[in-house]
Amino acid sequence: MTSTTQQITEPRITVPLRITPVFAAARNGAYWRLVERNARLFSRIWFVFVSGFFEPFFYLLSIGVGVGSLVSGLNVGGHVYSYASFVGPALMATAAMNGAMADATFNLYFRLKISKLYDSVLVTPMTAMDVALGELTWAMLRGSTYSLAFLVIMWPMGLLHSGWAILAWPMASLVGFAFAGVGMAATTYLRSWIDFEYIQIATMPMFLFSATFFPVERYPDAVGWIVRITPLYQGVAAIRELTLGQLGWQVLIAAVYLGAMGLVGLALAGRRFEKLLLH
Amino acid sequence: MSLAGVIRQADYYAVGVRQTWKGAIFSSVLQPVGYLAAMGVGLGTYIDNGGHRAALGGLTYLQFLAPALVAVAATQFAVMECTFPVMGRLVWNKVFHSMVHTPLTAREVVLGQLSYVAVRTAVSCAVFLAVIACFGAIASPWAALIVPGAVLLSLAFSAPLLCYTAWLRTDSGLSVLFRFGFVPAMLFSGSFFPITSLPAGIRWLAYVVPLWHGVDLSRSFASGHVHWLAVLGHVAYLLAWLFVGFWFAARVFTKRLSA
Repeated sequence: MTSTTQQITEPRITVPLRITPVFAAARNGAYWRLVERNARLFSRIWFVFVSGFFEPFFYLLSIGVGVGSLVSGLNVGGHVYSYASFVGPALMATAAMNGAMADATFNLYFRLKISKLYDSVLVTPMTAMDVALGELTWAMLRGSTYSLAFLVIMWPMGLLHSGWAILAWPMASLVGFAFAGVGMAATTYLRSWIDFEYIQIATMPMFLFSATFFPVERYPDAVGWIVRITPLYQGVAAIRELTLGQLGWQVLIAAVYLGAMGLVGLALAGRRFEKLLLH
Repeated sequence: MSLAGVIRQADYYAVGVRQTWKGAIFSSVLQPVGYLAAMGVGLGTYIDNGGHRAALGGLTYLQFLAPALVAVAATQFAVMECTFPVMGRLVWNKVFHSMVHTPLTAREVVLGQLSYVAVRTAVSCAVFLAVIACFGAIASPWAALIVPGAVLLSLAFSAPLLCYTAWLRTDSGLSVLFRFGFVPAMLFSGSFFPITSLPAGIRWLAYVVPLWHGVDLSRSFASGHVHWLAVLGHVAYLLAWLFVGFWFAARVFTKRLSA
């Protein structure tokens, strides 16, 4: 433990070096104990787990089908698509973000500060990075299950226009990874439940303005570019390219962007856990 | 039950408000501005240009959506205030138990909580109304009645919610309530699209839930096309939810707080 402690207090370590503890913990495998713990917990409140399937589906029916009946169709890359085809992939990305954030912020905060679960975890051979990796893995397993279900529902509704749509599943998981990583890191800075407003202030505008409900071209150019650099937009645009079958560079850019965001968040979360729980 | 007992609790809620009002600015101002800009204006242009105004009763999408969002917000305040915080006062910090060990009765505690929700909804919805007026979504002076309508709607939800929360043993019943109660109610209440485009079975379900009545009240006040008989019907229906809900909530609270 002392050697890791020295590593943290050492200032100005380069980013690649900061991420290496993530891979070390991943090789070690102890983090699976925490995943198992969460799985056991949720097997007792399975209806909470199952209810998570329905919320994105309700949104798809209300916004995609209901509001969609008021929109004549949207032109994307020269093709006109139904509004449901346009908004469906965006709701998939949003659901991945919201699901990951709920697990990585609200539930994590409760375990970190209220039930003090991790204080007990860390008296076992598990490390702070194992905790971060375990919680992240759980959030991703849960989120990916929901994303797959959503994708399966989109199919009979005629919202998938290409075989590439299958890749929307890993892409949604990547959105979950990015937000779970950063969300966990952010949670370690929260002082009380009231501070959750800050998380809302970050995610709500992204939900509303990431070309979710209307094309990014609707914005003035300068605003459009600000929208394009936000992480949720990256996920929305990539998933939309995949489900509509209009492949471009966006998918690759989003994959690199979201992957890097998740890794940095995870590494930071691990270090913050160490600082909060072991010092 | 005395009014003095209800008023006596004001300082308790005031202490909480003094600590959290900054956060409430977010939910009362920024969130409405965001929804109005993204859906009302951003998405709205695609709807208005598509020639669907007849389906919206001649309104632009912004005029259609904005007053409904006030009703949705009122519902949201009811759900926010009558679930986790109440669970906290009943189970985690047991403030309600301390209250009934003073001369306060369980009914007065329920009424105190409802009064607090009413005040909070009134203030927040008045701010919201000012925001939608700035967006130009108000066409009539009757719009001033949107706020009392929102308070009534909020109470029609709060009373039965208090009963439900007090009846629960653990908080996992609350996340089920959000997902199968609040979210579908919000999405299928005729707020985002006309209720007539719902399939008949679900439409009748939407008529039963109080939210649609609040949405219709709010929308008619904003546009100025007020049918007073319909208003009377909505108000009576919401009052029925409030009184029946209060009666049950008082019973459950009395039982739970004496145990």
